[in-house]
Amino acid sequence: MHKYIYAALPLVIALAIISLLVGNHSLQFNAESWDILMISRIPRTLALILAGVSLSVAGVIMQQLARNKFVEPSTTGTVESATFGMLMMLIFFPEASVFYKLLVACISSVIGTALFLLILRKVPLRSGYVVPLIGIMYAGVIGAIITFVAYRAELLQSIWVWVQGDFSMILRGRYELLWLAGGLSLIAYFTADKLTLAGLGKQVSINLGLNYTLVFVWGLVVVSLITGVTVVNSGVIPFLGLVVPNIISLLVGDNLRRSLPLIAISGAGLVLLCDILARVINYPYEIPIATVMGIIGSVIFLYLLLREDSHAN
Amino acid sequence: MIQTHQLCLNYGSSQILKDINLTFKESGVTSIIGPNGAGKSSLLSLVCRLQKPSSGSVTLHGSNILQLDNAKLAKQLAILRQENHIVSRLTVEDLVCFGRFPYHQGRPSAADFEQINWAIELMELEEFKQRYINELSGGQRQRAYIAMVLAQQTDYLFLDEPLNNLDMKHSVNIMKTLRKAASEMKKSVILVMHDINFAASYSDEIIAMKHGEIIHQDTPENIMTNEVLSNIYDMPLKVEQIHGKSVCLYYL
Repeated sequence: MHKYIYAALPLVIALAIISLLVGNHSLQFNAESWDILMISRIPRTLALILAGVSLSVAGVIMQQLARNKFVEPSTTGTVESATFGMLMMLIFFPEASVFYKLLVACISSVIGTALFLLILRKVPLRSGYVVPLIGIMYAGVIGAIITFVAYRAELLQSIWVWVQGDFSMILRGRYELLWLAGGLSLIAYFTADKLTLAGLGKQVSINLGLNYTLVFVWGLVVVSLITGVTVVNSGVIPFLGLVVPNIISLLVGDNLRRSLPLIAISGAGLVLLCDILARVINYPYEIPIATVMGIIGSVIFLYLLLREDSHAN
Repeated sequence: MIQTHQLCLNYGSSQILKDINLTFKESGVTSIIGPNGAGKSSLLSLVCRLQKPSSGSVTLHGSNILQLDNAKLAKQLAILRQENHIVSRLTVEDLVCFGRFPYHQGRPSAADFEQINWAIELMELEEFKQRYINELSGGQRQRAYIAMVLAQQTDYLFLDEPLNNLDMKHSVNIMKTLRKAASEMKKSVILVMHDINFAASYSDEIIAMKHGEIIHQDTPENIMTNEVLSNIYDMPLKVEQIHGKSVCLYYL
């Protein structure tokens, strides 16, 4: 594991520095540049790193809970549930502070994710592809409800724009909640062994004396809170929680004590890379990071799916 | 001593287990035999608190296991189920290390590693230590699972068809290992077995189940008779004496 971290860390630091340097204003040693750096560039880079770390961690925890490699918060209804909570706040309490919007989004995403996991328990055949398919359908149903309600409330455009990952509006004072997601990822690391064990299944966990229900609920809360925070703050980045854990799993396996630091670092790196691409491809304009990640992520995901298939046969 | 009291399990209207009253001794090898669907695996799940009974109870030294601290219980009894769908990519060493989880809670000590290496050596898995379990053959993976529960070092060890996927050499090796654990380390090993000859050769006691009930609980000598075996399995079976041992040539 250490060799991978030593390889990844300098790369991510380099990407972070490039991320700071990319933009319309070329930085110089003067007060104006300093302000731009402090108000816009550093917050944006930090927001990217925090979102990258926490969404990757949320992805791998979701995979442990569902015991399936092909799920992540955006394919289990977690993102949609958080969005639904957000929409309710926009309709009924538009003046509420960000904190309350966040709170409601998080509660809504806990409920939505719990419901998904309950549905999973009722599914007799839990083979590889069935679980993500159910998740995508479930997310689709909630998404349809959101679209219907948002359309009626004339919020359709703003709600989907809000949810889609976009870091161009990040400024100092408008991203700090993401530290909460970063902090949760760190706490999750201290429970890595228990989460790995829960991923081996309920019965193996009970046999080894783990309080399975408690760990399960803890994982559920971490995933939902991270998703809630990112939905409210910067929007989510599709495929991230799927692609990063799967690649790291191929390299160092699924023992989270070993793989989680690498997942976190790689998640940050991939997000930084996608954001830099999103900013330079159509320079001086930006394309949404979700679009770049969507393309890169879906290609990697397809590779993983086909690989898994040939592996299984 | 583990005891079951009027243990019942129902799925809807079908009765899987009916009023099971059993005592598992503190040491020795006990084999549970019987046809498919007799309730053997369900019984093991209930006794090892993986499933709640519809009625009745299981006690360990007199206390209901559902009321005991689960973390402490994991140092006293271990179970390996017949099917283990583990999707995680863990190395053999990591997997066996999780067998020590009740003791180290994620921070294995040198003493834990001693146990881990002991179990890995016993199952002849040294060369696969760093291999991922999903990349092993069925038999190698089964041995890794057995190493995991052996490392758990419990007084009671429940194994549901431990010889699944194993070749002759490893089957014999595992039965000898379990026999030794029972005789020398005074452990109680309870096995669900399909091969009655293996069961008879290595057990102190055989429990026969049919239609969710215990129909015999006796020594191997008394179970290995034409009449008893034919009754258990609903087919004509003949026991022969070979080298002074009772053997049932059921495959002929």
